[in-house]
Amino acid sequence: MIHSLFLVNASGDIFLEKHWKSVVSRSVCDYFFEALERATEPENVPPVIPTPHHYLINVLRHRIYFVAVIQSEVPPLFVIEFLHRVVDTFQDYFGVCTEAAIKDNVVVVYELLEEMLDNGFPLATESNILKELIKPPTILRTVVNTITGSTNVGEQLPTGQLSVVPWRRTGVKYTNNEAYFDVIEEIDAIIDKSGSTITAEIQGVIDACVKLTGMPDLTLSFMNPRLLDDVSFHPCVRFKRWEAERILSFIPPDGNFRLLSYHVSSQNLVAIPVYVKHNISFREGSSQGRFELTLGPKQTMGKAVESVLVSSQLPRGVLNANLNPSQGTYTFDPVTKLLSWDVGKINPQKLPSLKGSMSLQAGASKPDENPTINIQFKIQQLAISGLKVNRLDMYGEKYKPFKGIKYMTKAGKFQVRT
Amino acid sequence: MNGGLGSLRLEAVGVMRNALVSAENLQLTLKSDFSSEEQALTNKHSSGDEEKPRRGNEDLKEMLESSKESLKLEAMKRIVGLIAKGKNASELFPAVVKNVASKNIELKKLVYVYLVRYAEEQQDLALLSISTFQRALKDPNQLIRASALRVLSSIRVPIIVPIMMLSIKEASTDLSPYVRKTAAHAIQKLYSLDPDQKEHLIEVIEKLLKDKSTLVAGSVVMAFEEVCPDRIDLIHKNYRKLCNLLVDVEEWGQVVIIHMLTRYARTQFVSPWREDAVFDENSEKAFYDSEEERRVEQSKPYIMDPDHRLLLRNTKPLLQSRNTAVVMAVSQLYWHLAPTHELSIITKSLVRLLRSHREVQYIVLQNIATMSIQRKGMFEPFMKSFYVRSTDATHIKTLKLEILTNLANEANISTILREFQTYVKSQDKAFAAATIQAIGRCATNISEVTDTCLNGLVLLLSNRDETVVAESVVVIKKLLQTQPSQHSDIIKHMAKLFDNITVSMARASILWLMGEYCEHVPKIAPDVLRKMAKTFTSEEDIVKLQTVNLAAKLYLTNSKQTKLLTQYILNLGKYDQSYDIRDRTRFIRQLIVPNEKSGALSKYARRILMAPKPAPVLQSAFKDRDRFQLGTLSHSLNSQANGYLELSDWPAVAPDQSVRIVEVVEPVKEAGAPVFGKSKPGKSDEKFYSDSEEEEEEEEEGSSSEDSSSSSSEESESESESEENSDDSNKSSSSQSDSEKKKKTLKNKKLQQQKPDSKDRKQKNGSAVKGESRSESESASESSSSESSSESGSELDSDSDSGTDQKKNTRSKPVQSKPVTTQVEKKEVSLLDLDDFSPAAVTTPKSSILSPSLLSDLQGLSISPTASALQASSPVFVPETSRELLHRMTGKGLSAQYRFTRQPCIYGNSMVSLQLTLSNSSDQALENIHISEKSSTGQNIHRFNAIERLEPQASVTVSMGVDFNDSTQAANFQLCTKEDEFSVSIQPAVGELLLPITMSEADFTKEQSKLVGMNESSATITMTPENVSSQSVNRKVVSVANLGVIPSSQENIHRFAGKTVSSGCLVLVSVALKDPDAVITINTENTVMASMLLRQFKTALTNSGP
Repeated sequence: MIHSLFLVNASGDIFLEKHWKSVVSRSVCDYFFEALERATEPENVPPVIPTPHHYLINVLRHRIYFVAVIQSEVPPLFVIEFLHRVVDTFQDYFGVCTEAAIKDNVVVVYELLEEMLDNGFPLATESNILKELIKPPTILRTVVNTITGSTNVGEQLPTGQLSVVPWRRTGVKYTNNEAYFDVIEEIDAIIDKSGSTITAEIQGVIDACVKLTGMPDLTLSFMNPRLLDDVSFHPCVRFKRWEAERILSFIPPDGNFRLLSYHVSSQNLVAIPVYVKHNISFREGSSQGRFELTLGPKQTMGKAVESVLVSSQLPRGVLNANLNPSQGTYTFDPVTKLLSWDVGKINPQKLPSLKGSMSLQAGASKPDENPTINIQFKIQQLAISGLKVNRLDMYGEKYKPFKGIKYMTKAGKFQVRT
Repeated sequence: MNGGLGSLRLEAVGVMRNALVSAENLQLTLKSDFSSEEQALTNKHSSGDEEKPRRGNEDLKEMLESSKESLKLEAMKRIVGLIAKGKNASELFPAVVKNVASKNIELKKLVYVYLVRYAEEQQDLALLSISTFQRALKDPNQLIRASALRVLSSIRVPIIVPIMMLSIKEASTDLSPYVRKTAAHAIQKLYSLDPDQKEHLIEVIEKLLKDKSTLVAGSVVMAFEEVCPDRIDLIHKNYRKLCNLLVDVEEWGQVVIIHMLTRYARTQFVSPWREDAVFDENSEKAFYDSEEERRVEQSKPYIMDPDHRLLLRNTKPLLQSRNTAVVMAVSQLYWHLAPTHELSIITKSLVRLLRSHREVQYIVLQNIATMSIQRKGMFEPFMKSFYVRSTDATHIKTLKLEILTNLANEANISTILREFQTYVKSQDKAFAAATIQAIGRCATNISEVTDTCLNGLVLLLSNRDETVVAESVVVIKKLLQTQPSQHSDIIKHMAKLFDNITVSMARASILWLMGEYCEHVPKIAPDVLRKMAKTFTSEEDIVKLQTVNLAAKLYLTNSKQTKLLTQYILNLGKYDQSYDIRDRTRFIRQLIVPNEKSGALSKYARRILMAPKPAPVLQSAFKDRDRFQLGTLSHSLNSQANGYLELSDWPAVAPDQSVRIVEVVEPVKEAGAPVFGKSKPGKSDEKFYSDSEEEEEEEEEGSSSEDSSSSSSEESESESESEENSDDSNKSSSSQSDSEKKKKTLKNKKLQQQKPDSKDRKQKNGSAVKGESRSESESASESSSSESSSESGSELDSDSDSGTDQKKNTRSKPVQSKPVTTQVEKKEVSLLDLDDFSPAAVTTPKSSILSPSLLSDLQGLSISPTASALQASSPVFVPETSRELLHRMTGKGLSAQYRFTRQPCIYGNSMVSLQLTLSNSSDQALENIHISEKSSTGQNIHRFNAIERLEPQASVTVSMGVDFNDSTQAANFQLCTKEDEFSVSIQPAVGELLLPITMSEADFTKEQSKLVGMNESSATITMTPENVSSQSVNRKVVSVANLGVIPSSQENIHRFAGKTVSSGCLVLVSVALKDPDAVITINTENTVMASMLLRQFKTALTNSGP
C-alpha cells in the first residue's frame, strides 16, 4: 500500500523520508515539486499526482506536505486518512506538528512511523496503543532519561492491541477521577449582500477528556437526541444501543478523544448570531475606495459574542488601507492584501465598527467584485442548535467520578458576501 | 501443503547452515577489512583529513562498539537521524547488526529500523541477524514472536525466502491471533520478494481466511488482494463470516474487506436493479413498450439473495464510522450493489465528509460528481452544501461547480444561476472561467434558460477581465451553434467587441462565427474581414487559420465584395512562416478559385465549406468516470492505475449459492446428544443473522455466541485445522447416523482387505478413505498430499533429534521432542494413524482384528448393563498427548510411549484400553519385544502380541488393555526384548478410568437425585473469563475425564456422565455457571474417585489456556 513517505516543508525541501518497502528514490518527488510550482496557492496542489511509475498522494497540514508514494491501486482516501492520522499523532506527541518539532524528535517520529505501518498497511493507529509502545517525550522524561539512561520505548509490551477494546489501555489509575465533555458546535454559513442567509448549517462535535480508573462503562444521554441528523462515532460507541435508544454507551479511551461528531438536521432554522453592515465601494476613475464595516449581535440567546475576528481578502488593486477601528486592532498586509481585524467581544451597546478609506493603484480599473468577509467568533455556554446533555452515568467501577459538560458555539466557515 | 512445509524445512535448515557459514567467513574477512580501513584512516590522519562525514561515521562506529548501552543508543539515534535525512549510513552495517540481540528494547528497535532499511544493500551481512529472529520466533511471548516475524519478513534478502516461508507457515498456525496477523502481513512481503512462492502463499492465505479473529481478517484479506485477487473461490466459505465480523474489524481492515466484498458480490449475485436501473433517468417514452415486454419476461419478481442482503445490512452501520475511508468504501459498495431505492442512505454520510480536510473533500467531491451525473435525485436536497466558498482551493471549487451543474434542473436552475453570478465575479479567474463553462452547460441542458444564459454571457463580454471575456465568447459560440438563426444580433454585438478582444482563442471563435453565419450578418462580415486583412501578419496562428476560413466562406457567398480581400489574404498566407497556414492557404485557393486545373472538387466547395455542422455537446468531464469503481485511485485519476481490478458486470444467472454454506462440523456432537443445541446445521443460516445483532452488545464480554454460531465447531481459535480433522474423525467414529455407520463398516472392510497389501498401497487407500469421510470440499488428493507431507515433517523432527539421516518411509511416530510449533503436525500424524485405521493393524497384522471404532459402534447398539436409559457412547474427546513409558536411554535404544485411547477395551469389559508406541532408536534391530508374564501388582493386563523384530529407526504401535480396578494405582510390568528386561509402570489419570455414557437430561437428574448425601461432592471455583463459554467448559471437562456430554436445557448448567470402567458405577458431573463463579458437583458412589476428579476439574477450569 503505502511505499514511502516524504515530508516536504514550505520551501520545498525534503526533510524526512521513511520507506516501508524497498527504497524509493527522492527524485520521485520532482513530480510533486512540479505540481507545487504550477499551483498558485499552496492549497491548490492536487492531492493525487500520477507519475510514470508511482502515484503521489499528499496532504498539507501545518505548512508541511506529507507526500506518500504508492505503487498500485489503493483507495486514495485510505492513504489520505492515514496521513492525517499521522499528523494527529505527531500533534498529540509533540504538541505542535512543525518542521522543528519533527526534526527535534526524529527518533520518536521514526519509531512511531515504524509502529503505525507494517509493509505499508496500517498496524497501530490508536493513540492509546502507541503511547504504550512509545512514551511521548516530556521535558521531565527527557531530563530523567539523560540522567538514568532509560528509554522512551515502553518496557512492557502493549496489551491493548490484543484486547477487545483496543482503544483503551489496561491498568489505568488516577487519584482524581474526572470526565469532561465539550459540546462544540460550528456554524457554517454564507450570508449574501443583503444580509439574508443563503445557506447555513450546524456541525457539532463532542470532545471528551476522560481520566477514569479501571474499565468504566459510560452512558451519555441527550434531552433532545432528535436534533442529531447524521452522526459519526468513535469506534468505542455501541452503535446498536444508539440505534435503539439514542443513548451513547461506551468504554472510553483514556485521555482526550472525539466521541462523536454530528450534523444538525437541515430542516431546523439556524440562528445566525451576528450580523454585518457593510459599505465597501470603489469609484471608477478615482484611486480611493470606501470601507465601512459594523458588526452586531443577532440571535445569541443572551450570551456574549467573544473572540471575534474579521478577515477579508481585498482585491488585488488595493494598495493600502487607512482604517479606524472603534475597538480592537486591525492589520493589512499589502503583499497578500489580507485585512484582518481583531475585534474581541461585541458590546451590544456600542457596536464595533471599522471605517476608513482604501487607496487603489493609480490607473487600475475598478475591481469588479467586492471582497468576501470571513468572520470568526465564539459564544461560551451555548450550543446554538439547542442540544442538551441529559445525564452521564458510569457503570463497572465503584468510585464517583467528577463530571463536567461545557458548551460552546463557534463560527465555522462563516462568510459574508458584499 | 504439508509436503511443501516439510521440504521447506529441509531447505531452510540447509540455507541457514550455508548462511551461517558464509556469515562466519564474512566476519573474518570483515575484520581484515576493518584493519585495512583503519590503516587507511590513520594514513589519512597523518596527511590531514578531508573527509569529514566519514570521520563522523567512524565516531559512530566507535560508540556502537563501546560497552556502554547509553553510548550505543546515542549512536543509533544519530544513525536513525541520518536515515531520516536520506543520508547513506550503510557502511555502519556490520557495527550495527551486532546489536541486534541487545537487551535494551529501544536500542533493539532502532537496530531493526536500520536493518530493514539497509538489509537489501548488505545482503550477506544481514544474514548475521537471521538466527536472532529465528530464536525470537520461538519466544513464549506472542508480541516478541510477532515482532521477530515482522522484521524477519521485512528483510528483503532473497536467500532467506525458504526461512521466511517456513516462519510464515508456522506463524499462521500460532495460537496468538496477533502473530497470525503478522503472518498475514508477511505474506505480502514475501510475495513481493519472490512471486514464485505464490502457490505456497495461497495455501497460507486459505488457511488464514478461515481464521475467526477480527485481528486477522483485515490483514489476510489485504494479502489475498495482493497475492491472488482472482481466487474468488477462496472467499465463498468465508463470506458470511467476513460479513459478520466486519463491524469489529479494525478500521483499515474494514476498507480492504469492503472493497474485496464489493468485487465478490458483483460476481455472485444477480443485479438488484433489474426493473428500475436499466431504464433510469435516460428512459424515454419510446422504450415503454419494450419495458412492458421485459416485465412480462421477468415474471418472477426479483428476490435478493440473503447473502447479498447480509452484506448490505452489515456494512450499513459503518457509514457512521469516523474514518472517512470506511465511509467512502461503504458508499461505493452501496452504489455498486444496493437496489436503487436504498441508495439514498449514503448521501448524508458523503455530505458529512465534506466537512473534513481539503484532500478528503477533493476525493469525495470527485465521487459525488460521478454519482450526481447518474442520479441527480440523491444529492439535490443537499445542493447548498456544494455552494462555493471564497476560501476553498481551486480544485475544490471546480469540483463543486461540476456537481452544481450536474444537479441543475428546471426547478432549481434559477437558484443555481444566481449563485453562478457571484462566482463569475470571483477574483480567482480560473474559477470564473470554469463558471462560464458551467453556465454554458446549464444553458444547453435546460432549454428554458438558454436565452437567459446567453444574454448573461453577452453581458459578460463587456467584462474587463480578458479570460472571462474569452471564455464567454467560446461558450457563446458553442451555444449559438445549437440555435443560430435567432441570434444575429448577438453575432453583431460580438463583431463590435472584436476590436477589444485580444485573446486569440476568442478572436478565432468570433471569426469562425462570422464565417459560419455570414448570411445572417451580410454587412458586417466583410467589414470584419477587411480589418483582419490589415492585422493578418501580426495575429496568432489560430486566428490566421480562421481568417483564411472566413475569407473562403465569404468568397463563396459574397464574392462580389470580398474577392480582392480574399486574394490578398490568401497571398499573405502563402508566404506565412507557419507551414500549417501555407498548407491551408494552398488548399483553400485550389478549392474555391476556379481554374483549369481544379477538377470537380471546386464545384462542391460551397457544400464542403458551408456544410451544416453538428453542434458540440457540452457534457461533464465525469461522464465516463463510472467505468471505474468508485473510491478507487483509478477513478480519481480517470485512468487505470496499476493493479486496478475491474468490477465485473452482474451475472445474468446467479452462480450456485450453496458454495457459501459452511458445513457445521461439531467436535462434541456425539452419540445423538446435540450438545450445544445451537449448532444444528439446518439452523446455521439464521444463526448468522441473529448473532450479528447481538454481537455488538456483547463484544466486550467476549461472549461465545459469535464463536458458536459463525461456524459451529471450533474448540477455540487456537486449534487449527488439524483439530478439525480430529473432529471429523471423531464424528465418524460415532454411532450417530446410519449413513455414517455404513461408511464405517465399509471402511473397516476396506481396511481388512488392505492388510495383505504393500505399505505404499495402503497409504494411498488410507488417504482415499479419509478423503471420503471428510467434507466433500476436500479432495482425496489433497488429503493424501497432506498426509505425505506430515510424514516428511515428522521425519525431519526425528532427523534433527537423532542427527542421522533417515529416509525410510516407515510411518514412524515422531520421537518425543516438542518445540511448540511442531506439535500441530505431530497431532496430525497420530490422528491419521489412530482414528482411521490403527497402525497396529498395519504393522502388526496379527494384533487386533477389530478396530476400536468398530467396536464402539457395536457397543452403541448393545444395551448397557447399568440402566436402560444409559448408553455407552464413544468418547467426546481423545487427548493426543502420549506419555513416556520407557526412555530410549534406559531402554537401550527401545523407547515406548503410551496413550489412552478412551475407547472401550476389546480385551475385556473392565479394562482400560491403551496404545503403546514402541520405537527403536538404536542402530540394530530389536527382537521379540513383549511383556513378561509375571506382573508385580495384581492388575489384570492384556498383553500385546510379541513383536518379532523391530528394525532400527522403525516404530510400531500396538494396543493393550489394563484393568486398573477403578483405582489410580500404577500398573507395573516388565517390557522385554530378546536380551533385556525393563520394568515400567503406567499411572492412570483418574479421568481415564471412566467411560462416557449418554442419557437424557431427565434420566440424569433422576440418577443424580439418587446419589446425594455422602455420594455428592461439590466445590465452588472462580472461573477465568476465557473459560466461561459453554464450549470451553465442555472442552475442559472432557479433556480431563472421559465423560459424555448430556444435553442441557439450561444455558448455564453443563452436565456430563460416565461410568467407571471396572465396576461400572455411575459418575455424574454437573458444572453450574454463576458468573463469575461456577459450582462443580460430582455424584458417584466411588467417593475417592469423586474427590480426585473434583481436584482435577478445579485446576483445569481455573487455569487459562487450552
